[in-house]
Amino acid sequence: MINHLIIVEYNDDVILKSTYCTISAARKIPGKISALVIGSNKQISEQISEYVDKVYYNNKIVNITADSCTDIIFDCVNKNDITYVWSSTSSLMKETMPRITSRLTNASMASDIQNVVNENTFKRSMWAGDIIGTIKLLSNKKIITVRSTNFEPAEKQNSKCAIVDFNVEINPSFINFISYDIIKSDRPSLTEASMIISGGRGVKNKDGFNKLIFPLADVLKAAVGATRAVCDAGWVPNDWQVGQTGKIVAPDLYIAIGISGAIQHVAGMKGSKTIVAINKDPDAPIFQVADYGIIGDAFIIVPQLIEEIKKIKK
Amino acid sequence: MKILALVKRVTDYEAKLKIKSDATFIETDDINMIMNPFDEISVEEALRIKEKHGGEVIILSIGPEEATQQIRNALAMGADRGILVVHDTYKKFLDSGMIAKIIKHVYEMEQPDIILMGKQAIDDDNHQVGEYLAEMVNIGHGSQANEVNINLESKSVIIDKEVDGGIEKISLKLPCLITADLRLNEPRYASLPGIMKAKRKIIKKFNLDDFKIEIKNNVIIEKLELPEKRESGVIVKDVSELINKLHNEAKII
Repeated sequence: MINHLIIVEYNDDVILKSTYCTISAARKIPGKISALVIGSNKQISEQISEYVDKVYYNNKIVNITADSCTDIIFDCVNKNDITYVWSSTSSLMKETMPRITSRLTNASMASDIQNVVNENTFKRSMWAGDIIGTIKLLSNKKIITVRSTNFEPAEKQNSKCAIVDFNVEINPSFINFISYDIIKSDRPSLTEASMIISGGRGVKNKDGFNKLIFPLADVLKAAVGATRAVCDAGWVPNDWQVGQTGKIVAPDLYIAIGISGAIQHVAGMKGSKTIVAINKDPDAPIFQVADYGIIGDAFIIVPQLIEEIKKIKK
Repeated sequence: MKILALVKRVTDYEAKLKIKSDATFIETDDINMIMNPFDEISVEEALRIKEKHGGEVIILSIGPEEATQQIRNALAMGADRGILVVHDTYKKFLDSGMIAKIIKHVYEMEQPDIILMGKQAIDDDNHQVGEYLAEMVNIGHGSQANEVNINLESKSVIIDKEVDGGIEKISLKLPCLITADLRLNEPRYASLPGIMKAKRKIIKKFNLDDFKIEIKNNVIIEKLELPEKRESGVIVKDVSELINKLHNEAKII
């Protein structure tokens, strides 16, 4: 009998789309699916209970770190005979899951998988997306992080399942949490948005970024992304970087403005359904992945685009 | 302060990769190899900590004989000595658990205050070894560091980490493990005197037998392949044609 455990991730009162996509990935391997909710939000447990077969709810943890998460998930896996642990590839899970794999006996891990081939074999991107690897986990316990953009969000089941308190005693001692500075934004987040407007060095400077990218994002109610160079220059928060080492995104529409299309960036957005590129340089590699390209000056084209979209929206 | 900085020899990020005919790994003949860029950042951070607080920076690599080049590069930047565990992971694959096991041996031998390494290697993109190792040797870790401040008195480190949605600040007791993110620092170039000095610095070599490690992977690579190419699109002449396509063809706007 295969027992799956899904780590539920949420902001305030909303479960992240990536968690629903992770459930879809787990459903590809038939078995019983449980979910673990860490933190003091009972509503989240209620919400997720429509998607899985059992919910474990832990409301004892105040500061959620890789340390406390490792302790709880480890305990949950051992006490409930879990064989597969699944989460999205979030920053917290990226650092927690290897630690759990290491603590468990007879466990191994597949990072950021894009597809489930069978119950022990998975596909994942390597070399910044230049290569797709098929890897096989030989261990009894399998720890898997999921590139959520490669899976559709799971559908609800017919009924709600039981919610069980899982308030184990833990004593995390490695990491001392000090603070968490959230960069506040009214825009949709990159990994959840259906449209993304992204700017590169071609918008010239911070002023150019503000003038072109934000107004276009506003009319489309889109998220804002950027290249590594733009983040490094400090025009936007680091958290907005799209690319192999930043966020991997796959919205319905991705508009790349003044982005040349370095491998590293393209690896982070080539899963998008429709890609539009606006660039002065006709040889820019971004045009090789774009469905629609316009060659020209973004400072002329983008304002026209905004006006045209406004007309349609009326 | 004794710092162990880990360096992986990887394919150049600009290299055109070719998959071996049996699809088990990539060809390495005629491919330029470099120090994993995230590891270069961790070497730089190790040197900055040493310059501020004193101590020693030891470079460790697991790789073929040729990985001495990447260790020498780190020594030329200013590190003190090197250790190479000779095993070509591009020819005889080792999973993250095996790699962590090897590093554990060196950790116990050297007993550093800090282990520094890149958050991930740009070849396998796994992002596993650091945290796996920290658990194995029973120390705290800080992943994706973008600022590191050592407090000698309290024997602790304060780390700013790049996390989803913002910056998380944590502290760890020494000894600890830190993985470097892109913006932790800008690595220095090796100076000419640095390069000359590096030639005389010691690189000690071991192999898996020295540590009595038997290879037993829990992960195997079955196959590598090239990704599906996106069908090439069209160049439109102006904004109204673009809007038309997005509205009527892609039906997005």
